[in-house]
Parts: sequence; structure tokens; C-alpha cells
Amino acid sequence: MATPRTPTKPYVRKQYWNKPCMSWWERAYLPEILRGLFITGGVFMRNMGRWLTFRKGALTTYYPEETRADYAAGNRGKHVLTQRPDGRPQCIACNLCATVCPAKVIEIEAGFDPDDPAHPKYPVRFEIDYSRCVFCGLCVEACPEDAIRMVKEIPNLPTFDRGSLWLAREELLTWSPQSDVAKPYPPKGVGQLPEGSK
Amino acid sequence: MMQDLVVSAVFIGYAVAVLLTFGTVLTWVERKQAAIMSDRIGANRAYVRIPFTQLKLIWLGLFHGLADGIKMMLKEDFRPISYDRFAYALAPWVVFTPVLLVFAVIPFGGMIVPGELLRILPSVSEWFGERSYPMQIARVDAGLLVVFAFGGLSIIGAMLAGWSSANKFSLLGALRAGSQMISYELVMGLTVLGLILIYGTVDLDAIVRQQSGLLLGFLPAWGVLMQPFAAILFLVAAIAENKRIPFDLPEAESELIAGYFTEYSAMKMGLFMFAEFIEIAIIGALFTTLFLGGYNLPFMTDDGFVFPGNHVVTIPHAAIIVLQLVVFLAKVLIMSSFQILIRWTLPRFRWDQLLSFAWKFMFPLALANLTVTAVVVWALQS
Repeated sequence: MATPRTPTKPYVRKQYWNKPCMSWWERAYLPEILRGLFITGGVFMRNMGRWLTFRKGALTTYYPEETRADYAAGNRGKHVLTQRPDGRPQCIACNLCATVCPAKVIEIEAGFDPDDPAHPKYPVRFEIDYSRCVFCGLCVEACPEDAIRMVKEIPNLPTFDRGSLWLAREELLTWSPQSDVAKPYPPKGVGQLPEGSK
Repeated sequence: MMQDLVVSAVFIGYAVAVLLTFGTVLTWVERKQAAIMSDRIGANRAYVRIPFTQLKLIWLGLFHGLADGIKMMLKEDFRPISYDRFAYALAPWVVFTPVLLVFAVIPFGGMIVPGELLRILPSVSEWFGERSYPMQIARVDAGLLVVFAFGGLSIIGAMLAGWSSANKFSLLGALRAGSQMISYELVMGLTVLGLILIYGTVDLDAIVRQQSGLLLGFLPAWGVLMQPFAAILFLVAAIAENKRIPFDLPEAESELIAGYFTEYSAMKMGLFMFAEFIEIAIIGALFTTLFLGGYNLPFMTDDGFVFPGNHVVTIPHAAIIVLQLVVFLAKVLIMSSFQILIRWTLPRFRWDQLLSFAWKFMFPLALANLTVTAVVVWALQS
């Protein structure tokens, strides 16, 4: 015996969107058009008034002549090399930053400095290719000497020439707040070889 | 006879210069106005460097139009393998030329008397004598009909371009252009019929002269005050004729790449764009002539001002000529700017909405307007 089929309602597709519900005023079309024109025209008049009274009537900037003043406090856009009190870089050319760099943008050429027995290695060249840098900050994490940091500013990079996107040691060494150098120099207890040990 | 030729040549030179200048400047106005409306700065990088110096003239980005022109002339003139090379090459000109020709019948100033104007040059002044000319290239009695005749020609250009490009996007764009322009031209004609009933003439110069009169004794008898409904309908239909947003379905770039001129490049494409920008100015000029009192300020005639209450202020001839030319250009510029405001405010119609808007909304409204006008004119005359 066949079970009696329960009568079902015909399938009605569910509508997931809203029916447009407009008042007759909105459906009359022209008033709403005029309202829109007044909004855009008002913005035009306001901005034009600002330009004509020698103020700025735009939210955008004349990049690169003008950069935004409101970079986030956490923005890290530029590398700096910290310095020892005498102005030499704290970097010991250990190449850890260049090794950890995912974009392989750091190039270091080490040199030997016999006058500083505590830190005989120093970077002759320290160059960063900003055309490839991803600003991940891993170099800062990797540095054992706190020699490389990132600061809020961005370097003045726009250029027509790929080669000038390299920042070299001299440009990276411009940041030198004397009070913030992490390690006193020379470090206590090390570096001072005993008299007559040569 | 020779004098007429000279005057006509001067008028034609003036009109062509004005139109081409408007076409170039309006590209700049469109860029800058759109930028200012949306809190941006706008194009400001193109410059002209004075030779042998480092002095770069930027002038608020005014030279971007120049850069565009140079770019279009120097670009490769790509031609598709089409079955109709001739029509393909002809189409941009068929779009561009009628737009310029429409201006021939639009009066851009009142009566000019060269003999009086050039009194400092006695020989020239004597040569011209007492002749006077209306500042209009072609004084045609059927001025308004000529406008519509030439306006209808540009449909042919768009259709030619679409058909001869051998491209389906172009074909779709051309079909859209054809149906849209024919629909809206009908509405445009019907709205203007009301004006013709009131003025009793299709001569554009006569229409402008009648608008110097008074309405109800104190208002200037401008068309926009006598036929406000027709003015709105005319402007909407004219923007639709020009295929600009919100009626830019024939060249809707998100659907049809560039519509009927998809296959055009370099200066041929430039001609389409240039025609569009000149047509903005032409629409402004037509609207000014029909509804905004043409080249006259309120209460102004060819001799000076006649304020309500018969206060007459006469102005010397030269000053009146300059004033009329400037007033006409200013009105055209304001109307062009208003069209650009509309273009950067409203979203695009859907295709079915576009046609039903023309046939179910504007067409009945235009008919109703015409009927009411006819009844009122008949009641006033009898």
C-alpha cells in the first residue's frame, strides 16, 4: 500500500535580497537626482573655496613633493645603523641579517680593523636594495648587536633609475641619538687587552 | 559683397577657434572638476619647459590636453582587417563634422556694425559703410531644424563605426547608440516644439531677441522661465544624445570595452573623444540660446539695458559687442560645467531602464508639456 503523499506547497525560491522600498518622493526620481547634484556640487564648492583662499582642498597629497604627516606610530619604513659614540657603526659584519633576509636585499662586505680588538670586523660596505625590501623587520630581529633598526620615516625613494634604490652605509648611518646607543663603549671588562699582552 | 565675405570669414574663424578651444579646455575642466568634486588634486604633471632654461610651466595641469593630443597623433594608427575600410575611415569624420556644423546657426552675439566698430580706421569704416550683420555664421530661417538635421547625422557616424569595425563589441555599441539616439532625439524634438509654439519661429536669432522681453512685467522672458519643464527634458535628452554618463550605454566600458569605437586608435579615436567634448559645448550653446536668453544678460538688448519700468541704459556699440560675446561664452561654460557635474554624480542606467525611461517617462511628459503649451498659447491668442 502506497503511503499517501503529504501535499506540499509549491516550491518558492527564497529571495535573499531586499525589495527596493522607496517612498513616492524617491520614486519621483528628479528630487533625488537634484539632492545628489547638491551633494557633489556642495563638495565641489567647498573644495573650490578652499583652493581659491590658498588652502588645500584635497585629501590627497602631491607625492613625492609632499608626504603624509600621519604615518602610523608603528610604521617601520627605513633601516638605520646604530652608531658607537665615535660614529662608527655598531655592526660587526656578522652577516646574520643578510642571511635571514627573505628578499636577499642586504649586501655586506666585511673589513678588518686592527685598532679595535673588541670588534675587529666592521662593514666596509653595507647596502640595502629598497626595490626588493619587503620591510619584514627580520634583520632587526636577527641582529645580535642591536646594530640595525627600523624607524618610522621612509627614505626618499621615488626615482627614474633602479640603481639609485640602493641605500649605502653613509645614508644608513645618519641616525645617531647619542643617548639611545644600547651598549657603552668600550664594553666593561672586554676589549681592553691586558698591558703587555702583545 | 566683398564685405560680407570678410565678415563671414571672421565669424567662421571665431567659431572654429571657440569650438576647438572648448574641446581642449573641457578635457581639462572635466579632469579638474572631477578631482575637486572627489577631494583629489587632479592631473598636474604635464608641463612645457621653456627652451634652454629649467623653467617648467605647469599651469594647473592645463597642458595635459596638449599631451593627450600629441600622444594621439603619434600613436600607431591600428586598423582592423575589416570588410569596409572606407566606412571605417569615414566614420570618425561623420561623427565629428556635424558637431562643428551645428554651431553655424547658433547666434553668438547680436547685431554688429563693423563700420561703427572700426571708426578709428576711417578707410575700413568707410568700406563697410552702414552694413550690419547678426553675429551668426549662417542666418538661416530654419535654424532649429538645421540643428536637428545635423544632430541626426552623428547617429550615422556611430552606426558606421560600429558596423565597419568587424567587432561584436562595436556592433553592440552601435546598435545601442542607434536606438538610444533615435529615441532621445524624438524627445528632444518634442520639447523644443513647445518653444516653437511660444516664439512662433525656428530662427534662433529671433528666438534670442524675443527672450530680451519681459515676462509678467518684471521677469526676463527667458525660455527656462516660460518652459521650465521643457528645459529639464531638453537637457536630459541632450545629454543622452551626447552618450555621456548616465546615458553612456553605447560606450559602457565595463560591458563593451569602448562600444562602437573599440577598434579605433590614435587620432581617429581622438576624433570621437573630441567630438564628444565639443558636443558638450554645443549642447551648452543650444541650451543657452533656447532657454537662457542667448548672448544677452537679463533685460539686455542690442542697444543697452531696458529694466522693468522702462529704465533705459544705453551702452556704446563696442562695449555691447564685447559684453555679448563674453556673456555667451560664460553661459556656455557654466552649462558645460553643469553637464560635467551630472556626469560625475549619477550612476549609469541599465539598458532596459534607459529605453523605458525615454519612451515611458520622458516621451509622455514631453507630449503633456506640448499639449499644455498649445492650449495655453491658444487661450492667450483667442
